[in-house]
Amino acid sequence: MRLVLLWTDIFVFVLLAVAIAFSVYASRKEHLRAPWGEIGKSSVAMSALVVLAFYLTVGILDSIHYHPKLDSGDQNSARYSTEIVSVFDWMLDSLRNKGEKTYSAPFATHLYSKELVVSGEARQQYVFSRLEHGGAHLQEQADKKLDILKTSTWAAAKAFASWILFTLVIVKFRCYRMRASWREGLRQVVCAGTRVRWRAVLLTLLVVMVIAWVSFDLSQKYHVLGTDKVGVSVLYQALKSIRTGLVIGTLTTLVMLPFAVLLGIMAGYFGGWIDDIIQYLYTTLSSIPAVLLIAAAILILQVYLDNHAAELSSAAERADLRLLFLCLILGVTSWTSLCRYLRGESLKLREVDYIQAAMALGTTHFLIILRHILPNVMHIVLITVILDFSGLVLAEAVLSYVQIGVDPTTHSWGNMINSARLEMAREPIVWWSLSAALVFMFTLVLAANLFSDAVRDAFDPRLRSGS
Amino acid sequence: MTAYIVRRFFYAIPILIGVNLLTFILFFVISSPDDVARSQLGDRRVSTEAIESWKADHGYDKPLLYNPSAGGWGKFGDTIFFQKSLRLFVFDFGQSDSGRDIGYDIRQRMWPSLAIAVPTLLLGVLLNITFALVIAFFRATYIDFWSVVLCVVLLSISSLFYIIGGQFLLSKLLHLVPISGYDTGINAIKFLLLPVIIGVIAGVGSGTRWYRTIFLEETEKDYVRTARAKGLQESRVLFVHVLRNALIPILTGLVVILPQLFLGSLITESFFAIPGLGSYTIEGIQSQDFAIVRAMVFLGSLMYIGGLLLTDISYTLVDPRVSLK
Amino acid sequence: MTEAILSVDQLTAQLGAEDDPIRAVDGVSFEIQQGQTFALLGESGCGKSMSALAIMRLLPASGRIVRGTVRFAGKDLLRLSESGMREIRGAGISMIFQEPMTSLNPVLKIGQQIVESLRTHRSVRGKAARNEATALLDAVGIPSPQFAFERFPHQFSGGMRQRIAIAMALANAPRLLIADEPTTALDVTIQAQVLDLIRNLQSRHGMSVLLISHDLGVVHELADRVGVMYAGQIVENASRASFFKRPLHPYSEKLFQSLPDINKRNRSLTVIHGAVPSLKTTFEGCRFTQRCHRTLQLCSQKEPAWSGDADSRVYCHLYTVGGLQSNALAQQQESEVEDAPSNGVGVGDRLLRVRGLKIHFPLTSGVFKRITGYVRAVDGVDLEIPKGKTMALVGESGCGKTTAGKGILQLIKPSMGKIFFEGEDLVELGARSLRQKRSDFQIIFQDPYASMNPRMLVGDAIVEGLKNFDSAFKFPPKRDVIQSLLQQVGLPADSAQRYPHEFSGGQRQRIAIARAIAVRPKLIVCDEPTSALDLSVQAQILNLLKDLQRTTGISYLFITHDISVVAYLAHFVAVMYLGRIVEHGPVDQVLTRPKHPYTKALLSSVPALDADHRRQVTRLAGDVPSPASPPSGCFFHPRCNQVMPACREKYPQLFRIAKNHVTACHLYESQE
Repeated sequence: MRLVLLWTDIFVFVLLAVAIAFSVYASRKEHLRAPWGEIGKSSVAMSALVVLAFYLTVGILDSIHYHPKLDSGDQNSARYSTEIVSVFDWMLDSLRNKGEKTYSAPFATHLYSKELVVSGEARQQYVFSRLEHGGAHLQEQADKKLDILKTSTWAAAKAFASWILFTLVIVKFRCYRMRASWREGLRQVVCAGTRVRWRAVLLTLLVVMVIAWVSFDLSQKYHVLGTDKVGVSVLYQALKSIRTGLVIGTLTTLVMLPFAVLLGIMAGYFGGWIDDIIQYLYTTLSSIPAVLLIAAAILILQVYLDNHAAELSSAAERADLRLLFLCLILGVTSWTSLCRYLRGESLKLREVDYIQAAMALGTTHFLIILRHILPNVMHIVLITVILDFSGLVLAEAVLSYVQIGVDPTTHSWGNMINSARLEMAREPIVWWSLSAALVFMFTLVLAANLFSDAVRDAFDPRLRSGS
Repeated sequence: MTAYIVRRFFYAIPILIGVNLLTFILFFVISSPDDVARSQLGDRRVSTEAIESWKADHGYDKPLLYNPSAGGWGKFGDTIFFQKSLRLFVFDFGQSDSGRDIGYDIRQRMWPSLAIAVPTLLLGVLLNITFALVIAFFRATYIDFWSVVLCVVLLSISSLFYIIGGQFLLSKLLHLVPISGYDTGINAIKFLLLPVIIGVIAGVGSGTRWYRTIFLEETEKDYVRTARAKGLQESRVLFVHVLRNALIPILTGLVVILPQLFLGSLITESFFAIPGLGSYTIEGIQSQDFAIVRAMVFLGSLMYIGGLLLTDISYTLVDPRVSLK
Repeated sequence: MTEAILSVDQLTAQLGAEDDPIRAVDGVSFEIQQGQTFALLGESGCGKSMSALAIMRLLPASGRIVRGTVRFAGKDLLRLSESGMREIRGAGISMIFQEPMTSLNPVLKIGQQIVESLRTHRSVRGKAARNEATALLDAVGIPSPQFAFERFPHQFSGGMRQRIAIAMALANAPRLLIADEPTTALDVTIQAQVLDLIRNLQSRHGMSVLLISHDLGVVHELADRVGVMYAGQIVENASRASFFKRPLHPYSEKLFQSLPDINKRNRSLTVIHGAVPSLKTTFEGCRFTQRCHRTLQLCSQKEPAWSGDADSRVYCHLYTVGGLQSNALAQQQESEVEDAPSNGVGVGDRLLRVRGLKIHFPLTSGVFKRITGYVRAVDGVDLEIPKGKTMALVGESGCGKTTAGKGILQLIKPSMGKIFFEGEDLVELGARSLRQKRSDFQIIFQDPYASMNPRMLVGDAIVEGLKNFDSAFKFPPKRDVIQSLLQQVGLPADSAQRYPHEFSGGQRQRIAIARAIAVRPKLIVCDEPTSALDLSVQAQILNLLKDLQRTTGISYLFITHDISVVAYLAHFVAVMYLGRIVEHGPVDQVLTRPKHPYTKALLSSVPALDADHRRQVTRLAGDVPSPASPPSGCFFHPRCNQVMPACREKYPQLFRIAKNHVTACHLYESQE
């Protein structure tokens, strides 16, 4: 295989590196470590974190792209497919390659609509034909329920066993660090007597593991969430959409952060004409309705791509470029509120005694911003980044619906909803594609919101003193 | 006060010019009229004549900023920038790329938008304030905690779900209201009911949570303790003292979006097939009609700036401490 | 002895989590007689405000009353239902709070806020309510009450708002008024007005007062009995006369000794070592033991018991062992007296000379923001500070003293004037050369919490200046320099590796001093460095500043409103009023023989502590005018009690009273 780095992949890994670097830095700074400790005390936040970690793992696995090696007799000159797949695709190979003709309901064994079949004696008839893969192993229709039950029980048992193993490792590790006895360590975890709420973490992990394991095992034999119009597994689509959601939720803020932080602090700290210019800049930008600005930008990108189609080698790259561009333009529309907030905060900080003392000590403006202002507005930046995330994930769906979101070929929840919407009028209704997208999106957004609430409570001293 | 408003009015002009310039750059410099024509005509191998005639039909055949061939004022007047961008300042929106009068369309389509947006906003605010007050009354109890969790759950649901779910439940299953469409006059009500209800419900989560924060912030203030020390009932403390103060950020927060109401909601209007400005914008976007998008961008910024000005004015009305100079 | 109007018995209130509570009020008992004023005296965090809130049952959400009884007019308040308690609040017991700026509802007219109280308790409505409210406003001295009825709180000054709060509290003729630090946020001249008002109202209505205060002067002015609180307990309960004559508890005794005044100039102030213990600890013996200078072995093992008579009681082992008289703390402190500060080298040469310093902030209006006026924060100040001496700049809030201090340091660009530092005009210097020069003059701020970057290690903060000036210092940071600085200001050696929030207010102020002296300045502008601190901590800081001056010959520009600190620390005083200096001279002359009517009034407004002789008091009427539109002629004339026609005409020149003692007042024109 030959590795490929798409533009968004590069950014995802940069972001990951930044996040790891920041957490190493934060663990050394007491004032940064303490609020995270507060978050650790919140069961809700820790459960949400487990869910987020699951999504994140999927997203990262789905960001390692490569051209798979083609099977060719010649050992020396390996040939590579033009197709770009990710590690996650490879893991879900069984889902990816088991397409049907068209719609089929979850766990169905037959297609959703009748099709014209020419049977042996030159007779034509409309029948619900048998699926190629879904439940293909079944001899008798009646066995289905029992088979599902057996498969999922077995999968759940496997998940539970691995969970027990994992739990014991965690408890042992804690006992080793705390120099506590086995009994004591176990008791603390079970009674939620730990500083970090391990009980919540482990219970959520159990739920996630069971669901993941059961769905995976079932998906080997059935289409757990059905198939869409062209017969692609909906489960596969929904999982692939995770990366798109995460990329939009995080890259957008990454793109806007430097502008917002730098300009906001400069406007507040220096005041005067610098302030005037920056204020003018962000008032102008924020006065344009965001949707229209995005629409305009995407339309223009479309025109550009139409006219420069030859320069992009593959559809995947083209879709990736559009995703990146969407993040950029979303960033342009969303940096203004953080910038305004930071400006106000710096304006206040400029008059605070310790900044005045630094000025009296002859510290240069650059160092004052770096040492005194930046560390004292970082919590605002962090809160904003985390709060914005869920909004951006939701926005993707809406934008894709208006057709100014990601490329129609990109897997995204917005695209899933958009294409499923047209099937709402069908009788009986095709509900699984829509529901799958909404549930996957809802889980991510809810976890992000619950987590961001905890982060805000922990980092915002005003709220902390209030409670 | 008057001087302040006049000054703010003058401040708005450079911002609008900035918006105008930005859209001009986006639409005419980055993607040239030739590109637009080519993608409008839909074929990559269109003849140069076809492009030229399309441009001439839509007034894109002029130079961008400076027209040396024209005489007098025409050097500047007979350009795309003047014809297509500066004209917006006198609300001359011109014709859409498909040949319709945009100004007329806007005047026609703002009414359905308003008919949805205004009741949604009013009902929503009333409902949210009521819920938030109830939660604030039970602050630091389990009612408070679970209400907040419920709010977070509600606001984590995509707005698309509210719309699709609402349509499915109320129209398709229960047949209470038509699923989409619009009518004029009194008949409009049955079409408006569903979008308004869905709009209100979709906003309950975030609205209630936000107002709750405002109320709780106010209940921490010193004057609340003074009011209690006077022996006032908790309900009076909450509904008179706290509410009066909390209404200041709530009202001024609403005033910002008031002018933008008549631009309509993109999603709602297109789902319910309401012929408002929101669906107009979407149609413009989807048919890649740049003239409509340009007009709506200008109108949107104008409304935003108007909203900012209204906010400042409303502060002087509701907050006795603020007087504009 | 009459029936007590309020009797509190073993009141115990806790805050925070139940498994790890803060014992804010821990078994407090006292009584207030009809018409009497009882003062709860104590430093911040001792639980005095919490006691008051517990009596009103208005504790914050995280607080609860654990046990005890509060009997008011025959009712046990802690057993009343919430609605029964509401009938007491605002009618039987009223309360006024410390911050007049935030304790009134900003969006309701003050008339409405008073009427509300009348209507709640006595169903007085409409015209009758309005009349009664205006009468109340009139009674507390609000000018034109009819007009004031329709106005909002922000349209009044702090002193006026506190009067309004009092009017509101008096609405239903309460039998007890709880005044929680009623004058702490006010200037001394305004404080004198408000204290007068409370005293007058009390004698007129026969109301009892529970006064909460940290200020010995205020307590002396108002109280009949005093309860001294320490760490959640009352440790001494005595009549005013005996308390101020001879405090019994070692803590009270130390409090008095740590008060700065002019007679202690030549020695260090007595300090109480250590800090108030955390109220989360469960105490074994007496809570003051660790900081006490006369501990017995018993003290750390067993809770003390009350001893004494009806007049004065004390909660201390010293007296249970030997009886009240035998243990009279006869020997006055002997060990802590130090030599008079010997002056360093080069004392007396001029270090700083300020000429005609003006700092004006423009006011704009109209469409194009034309400048239509100026706030004349500093309006022509002349100052001179000799080497090794302290110049105090005294004035009430808003007089421009802080702005002047920052202007001298070029933290605010002066509009006009010259600032010669060792002969060099700082105003003329370019940005780069000014930055080079900054190591010579430093500043210490009032708020110890705002003056430290919360995200910076103390060690880094201290050497920040050194890194800027001493290129050799940049790498590596020299530990020994930090250590010696910490030692110099009396902080433990491990402080460098900690963050500011781990330190108390007094310790932070020491860090701020270390940061300033690190660059070896010749002048430090001290902007009210002790006014946010408790009395005992203030003494530590003042001692430190005085020591530094003695050892390094540093000069101070000491900005303050506290006359006693001036008396203790300063060599020269300049009194500021509305941006100008009205009198200036050596400290003993200005304080003992003040010339300007404003100085006289300011000095006489300070509550006196000696019980026997009361000074001739000059009360100032009215508020300080706005510096945007100062009065014509002499700025002080509308409030002056010796006003002459000339005063309204033109601003007086400076007149020399004695060598170095000058004043700007027409009264002395003839003597010239």
